[in-house]
Amino acid sequence: MDIKVDVRESKGDTYVVDLNGEIDVYTSPKVKDAIGELIDKGHYNLVINLEKVRYIDSTGLGVLIGGLKRVREHGGTVNLVCTNPQIKKIFDITGLVKIFGIYEDENAAMQALV
Amino acid sequence: MPQSQGTLGVVELRIPSKAEWVAVARLAVAAVANRLNFSIEDIEDVKLAVAEACTNCIQHAEGSDQIQITCETGPEGLTVRVHDFGRGMRPEGLQSIRTDEPHVGGLGVFLIRSLMDSVEYDVNPERGTNLVMTKKVAH
Repeated sequence: MDIKVDVRESKGDTYVVDLNGEIDVYTSPKVKDAIGELIDKGHYNLVINLEKVRYIDSTGLGVLIGGLKRVREHGGTVNLVCTNPQIKKIFDITGLVKIFGIYEDENAAMQALV
Repeated sequence: MPQSQGTLGVVELRIPSKAEWVAVARLAVAAVANRLNFSIEDIEDVKLAVAEACTNCIQHAEGSDQIQITCETGPEGLTVRVHDFGRGMRPEGLQSIRTDEPHVGGLGVFLIRSLMDSVEYDVNPERGTNLVMTKKVAH
């Protein structure tokens, strides 16, 4: 089990983090490092693409929440792209749908940042 | 292949209390759940609940280097026991919280309670922590 993390610059000062694989207690530190590195470099508007994520647990959610808290301190935000019904369900039952902007595709997530 | 209704099966697994082994536990339990007439969504629920329970042991159980997972299948569904051999769970390991604010702690226990039909904890400083959770098969 692993997670592949790709970071790319998009429009303006927005960065997209593409995640592919499973996010759990073993793999989430890799995601945390990638998001933390972007924030450390002063990038506070992020789109995290979960379209290719097959599984996420509470440690993965914790990493996303931690990233959101940090960017909010600088007036930024984190939007998510998520189409997997099982993962959307996890955001629903934990109440995180009220905290994150969750979109069906990257364009919509990007437009909501502007 | 779904097993015939009423057949009792017991599967035991013991993993090191380390992050890299949690995937083994959740996939093994998913394979057991797949023997019953669960929907794919139910199997995903069980998988996540087991992973959360193991993660909780790794993060909050003091003095335990092993986690034992026991699955019992029966006509009503699946019972999973997750047992660590530590000195009992620290209180933060048993918190359950749904979040309307960005908050990290307690999500794992909240998920377990949300995804399974019944959840019981037995915390004992001498025997460790035993979590028993059940998922019923929809008839």
